[in-house]
Amino acid sequence: MSKETLITAKDLTVGYNIGKGFFDRTVLKAVNEVSIEIKRGSFFGLVGESGSGKTTLGRALLKAAPITGGQATFTDGQVSYDLATLSGDELKDYRKRAQLIFQDPYAALSPRMTVRDIIAEPLEVMGLTKTREETDARVREIAAKCRLNLEHLRRFPHAFSGGQRQRISIARALVSGPKFIVADESVAALDVSIQADVLNLLKQLQKDLGLTFLFISHDLSVVAHTCDHVAVMYLGRLVESAPTRQLFAAPRHPYTKALFSAIPSLDPDDRGRAQKLVGEIPSPLNQPSGCKFHTRCPNAIDICRTTEPQLENPGDGHEVSCHRWRELLEAEITA
Amino acid sequence: MTSLIDVENLTLSFRTDEGLVTAVEDVSFSLKKGEVMGLVGESGSGKSVTAKALMQLNPGNAVYDPKSKITLHAEGREVDVLSLKKAAELKIVRGGAISMIFQEPMASFAPAITIGNQMVEQLLIHTDMTKARAKDVSVEMLDRVGISDPAKRFDQYVFELSGGMRQRAMIAMALSTNPKLLIADEPTTALDVTIQAQVIDLMKDLVNEFHMGIIFITHDLGVIAQTADKVCVMYLGRIVEEGPVREVIRNPKHPYTRGLIAALPRFDDLDAPLTPVPGDIPSPLERPTGCVFHTRCREIIGDVCKRDLPENRWVDPTHRVACHLHAKMEAAR
Repeated sequence: MSKETLITAKDLTVGYNIGKGFFDRTVLKAVNEVSIEIKRGSFFGLVGESGSGKTTLGRALLKAAPITGGQATFTDGQVSYDLATLSGDELKDYRKRAQLIFQDPYAALSPRMTVRDIIAEPLEVMGLTKTREETDARVREIAAKCRLNLEHLRRFPHAFSGGQRQRISIARALVSGPKFIVADESVAALDVSIQADVLNLLKQLQKDLGLTFLFISHDLSVVAHTCDHVAVMYLGRLVESAPTRQLFAAPRHPYTKALFSAIPSLDPDDRGRAQKLVGEIPSPLNQPSGCKFHTRCPNAIDICRTTEPQLENPGDGHEVSCHRWRELLEAEITA
Repeated sequence: MTSLIDVENLTLSFRTDEGLVTAVEDVSFSLKKGEVMGLVGESGSGKSVTAKALMQLNPGNAVYDPKSKITLHAEGREVDVLSLKKAAELKIVRGGAISMIFQEPMASFAPAITIGNQMVEQLLIHTDMTKARAKDVSVEMLDRVGISDPAKRFDQYVFELSGGMRQRAMIAMALSTNPKLLIADEPTTALDVTIQAQVIDLMKDLVNEFHMGIIFITHDLGVIAQTADKVCVMYLGRIVEEGPVREVIRNPKHPYTRGLIAALPRFDDLDAPLTPVPGDIPSPLERPTGCVFHTRCREIIGDVCKRDLPENRWVDPTHRVACHLHAKMEAAR
């Protein structure tokens, strides 16, 4: 599998004008100067609490949220698009190449359309197929890949369970033959047994169809099992980014460490309370000075309150944005 | 320790256009004072319906089997919950001795009434406090659950609070009447992991402080492992396994419990494949014969699973399982 880059974002910013009146130009930056690279054929994980900007970043990469600063490019070997300025026919073409799977399979499917019509709609809207026979053949092919029976295609969504509905959503996203899929909390609403089934299906489809995934989730254990590379966001900023194994073996940012320790352990004797985060994510309208995380960080010192740390790459592909990560790492080793 | 609530042979169906649909079948358990019981299962397993039956909160089309019996031991007397009919009698289970926390706090608070007024209202109904005293108690309770600036929050509306704050306010409201039993229906599912950890810690503190019984409904076994003393695993309206939390998680006896644990992504082994429980939970209209789990069971041992309902067997004095596999092992011994 080629490891070329499919998506490159450099200092990507998504800002919303929330000023009250003509002269008030207050801007809320939901995503603030984020740089990521997504390799072709990879499963890229994006984690963070609600309000961290992970969904907005995913949408910006699909050109569904306004890019107000920085660059983002999409290169799949056939075409190369600059996402910030994409429009017209090129934008229509990009819609075929990049698709979204939503969180809630109960809200994402129209109750008045049959499963066949739901899956066929993108083909008809985008004009990808010429005849009804061609459409049906394509729908059947993709439905089979997503483990839906022919008999299922004639029914309406209400007849299906959560896991089956999510498979219908996946089929709809894949029917136009995209290369890039943003899966936004796609297993969060499912029961654990179904969640495992849908994750296995996504992995299988990735192999069979050569897809690249941006997998947005707040559940670190799910991300650990599915993704090759993980980026952690906090209040619109990227705070840490590393290959999955490296990140889970030795997280560098205090926020990532806190996220790990917040996961309820399956061991009843391990009812520790170490390193739990206090407070909540601050409002993006009233962002802290210096490091955005200093208000909740157990390791914050004076410099954290005044100067914002930059994302550093120490050369091992494990990027982190924290003033004290080296110091904390050494303290951990000696302890 | 004395028991707080006893549920015996609870069987509940709903009258629908398609006929009687069984939601809960032959469920029995009892809970002691100060004990935390986890109720685990997939969506559709009947865990919420079971909990709501304790407060008679199920809708009017619910039909209770005459064998069903729920006994609440509170305020020095025994209350036969299912025989209560009038609203005045029901007060003891609705907000009196039993309180409930729901999954979605936004949907459980009235949007156009301040949080404070809602808290005062229920105190006036359930206790003989004066209005001024009720306000003091409410503010104190908001402070106790870790809400900053409680006097200000008292006059705010629910949309002004964040998700974690709403859930804290919900807990404060549920506990202000000093219930003997708290039912928490997926209280942390809608929250971020960091906030979930805070809410779990808060609930643990409150159990120690108020010494009430808690029924904790969730599908997350990790949350159960962190909070509960004992666990009941439900599938399609039946309790398939019950036991102390350590036993059930470390040494699960029922294939369904084993399946739920195998489906969880684990941190200690990132390469371990995720093993889903095969298939979907069957529609309650098409309840399988015999063991309700046989259509999805990996360890099915033959026709006996399809034909006969497995009996409860006690593996040890506190751990029971309803599975033919276990009966077979016992017979072989």
